[in-house]
Amino acid sequence: MSIPSITQVSGTAVYIPGADIDTDRIIPARYLRCVTFDDLAEGLFRDVRTDPDGKPLNHPLDDPQFQGANIMLSGPNFGCGSSREHAPQAIRRAGFDAVIAESFAEIFFGNSTGLGMPCVCASAEEIKALGAAVQANPKLEVSIDLDAMTASYGDTIIKVTMPDSAREALMSARWDPIQELLDNIDSIETRAEALPYV
Amino acid sequence: MGKNLYQKVWDEHTVGTLQDGRTQLFIGTHLIHEVTSPQAFGMLRDLNLKVKYPKRTFATVDHIVPTDNQQRPFADPLADAMITELRKNAEEFDITYFDLASGMQGIVHVVGPEQGITQPGTTIACGDSHTATHGAFGAIAFGIGTTQVRDVLATQTIAMEELKVRRINVDGELSPGVYAKDVALHIIRLLGANGGIGYAYEYGGSIFDGFTMEERMTVCNMSIEGGARCGYVNPDATTFEFLRNRPYSPKDTEWDVAVKRWESYASDADAQYDDIVNINAADIEPTVTWGISPDQGVAISESIPDPAQAKNEVERASIEEALEYMKLPAGAAIKGTHVDVAFIGSCTNGRLSDFREVAKYLKGRKVAEGVKALAVPGSQITAVICKKEGLDKIFIDAGFEWREAGCSMCLAMNPDKLKGDQLCASSSNRNFKGRQGSPTGRTVLMSPLMVAAAAIEGEIADAREVFSVN
Repeated sequence: MSIPSITQVSGTAVYIPGADIDTDRIIPARYLRCVTFDDLAEGLFRDVRTDPDGKPLNHPLDDPQFQGANIMLSGPNFGCGSSREHAPQAIRRAGFDAVIAESFAEIFFGNSTGLGMPCVCASAEEIKALGAAVQANPKLEVSIDLDAMTASYGDTIIKVTMPDSAREALMSARWDPIQELLDNIDSIETRAEALPYV
Repeated sequence: MGKNLYQKVWDEHTVGTLQDGRTQLFIGTHLIHEVTSPQAFGMLRDLNLKVKYPKRTFATVDHIVPTDNQQRPFADPLADAMITELRKNAEEFDITYFDLASGMQGIVHVVGPEQGITQPGTTIACGDSHTATHGAFGAIAFGIGTTQVRDVLATQTIAMEELKVRRINVDGELSPGVYAKDVALHIIRLLGANGGIGYAYEYGGSIFDGFTMEERMTVCNMSIEGGARCGYVNPDATTFEFLRNRPYSPKDTEWDVAVKRWESYASDADAQYDDIVNINAADIEPTVTWGISPDQGVAISESIPDPAQAKNEVERASIEEALEYMKLPAGAAIKGTHVDVAFIGSCTNGRLSDFREVAKYLKGRKVAEGVKALAVPGSQITAVICKKEGLDKIFIDAGFEWREAGCSMCLAMNPDKLKGDQLCASSSNRNFKGRQGSPTGRTVLMSPLMVAAAAIEGEIADAREVFSVN
């Protein structure tokens, strides 16, 4: 099983400001009534994009200027709450390849890494500035470089952060760990035998 | 230097170090439910893999089950398809499944402890963020995503980074009418919704020493609301007494051996922590939320915050966003806020002791006109005991609808939903925008007795006054 290594993500960005954007907001629970992840993109941020009568709420994701964006920008504690992998799956299936935020909730971060979608952190000021630049020029090319741990746009280069292990996993094409976990089956069995309750 | 429980359990379950530096961690007990597991089984089939240790995974159905009529097929065909899928997967891979007909079905975090599946010194994973509940038994328990559910099914391990440990001491005495839920909401308010990122929370101090297992579960359950993926209490005599004679607990001579082993996992007296927080129990009042994040809480005697008094721009914006959504006036008392719905249930507060405590005060009282009040036991076993004790009748006589076991209106994946911008006094764990099933519905989190008080008054009230608790 071979998966690509991920060192760079480039494209255009869309800014979804706000603190503590939870996974219920990213994908409301009613969209979880499914046995596959196939149709999740439709539910992405659904209840802040349209009101209950279907009237558009002018969400950035529906702004024609930002169609085709593949990098999402947001605030602190992004993806908090429910562990539902449906949240990063919906983001991924809506065409996003990376998220830049002030910080990420842990389970969301792990789920995203496991899908090969890098989540990198930048400071509040830098995200605000990047958001403003994207707002001013929606076609602005934004690039994330995991090797240099930077994000760049125009003449600006900012530092981004990510735990070393996730960075290593993405860059060395081991973000889906299943093969490596399976390869260690002997050690797993040894561990299981040593555990008195297993 | 001594070790804390997290380090001991982590070390004992470490299989090795992966090439990216993460630990390959053995998962002793795996719990699954209908929402986050079907795709994992799909991935397993795609990769032509088997379940490595089928006896270490336990399944039940909770999120999507209706609580009014559980006859199959359900009115919602999508929900029915999910439960069919879970049964098929459990059968095909030889996994123990507590289904609706078993008499043992319920919310996964109520069922595990009830069956004695949840045990000290173990690692427990489930595709559900409230898995930290099981930490109440001195287990390292945490939520995982669906791809990781696949990893556990196929290998009984996951790739994970070791957390830091923050010890949270709550000492002193809680005043009457202050419950474990208030302790949880107080901690989250104090440390923030993201304060626990990167940490496991070890809860201790005289309050946790004195807590019942159910009270410990309530606080551990809400660790994730404070950003901590896992929270636990060291195992002690209270833990062992709870586990004695449960269906999956060790029996006979094995019991004494197990208790001895379980005791050894408790943090050493000289254990080191990455951080320590001390809280005075006397400072905790009945606490309710006013916003759209569980850390936006106030004591019942306090006022709703005013954005004009925010410490900075970020806080001002977040108060404004919350108050706009909640339609609450800045600076006003939270007490007296009109309530449309009252919900007692969920993996946070849907246990036997919750219904017993509320029933003590509810006898002879009536739910206010116009308030829809729901009582939803966390498991079929809880429901049976409540019935045996006549608790259901007390709730029904007071005007509550007494429902069947499930997650119900905590996340509203079943038909139990708010309508429009109804405001719900809720014993659940999340007050996120739209959480209870209506995109404009409003949630105010509180203890079960505070929910009962709100149901009776038709507005947010101080349960200590409504029920003369002293």
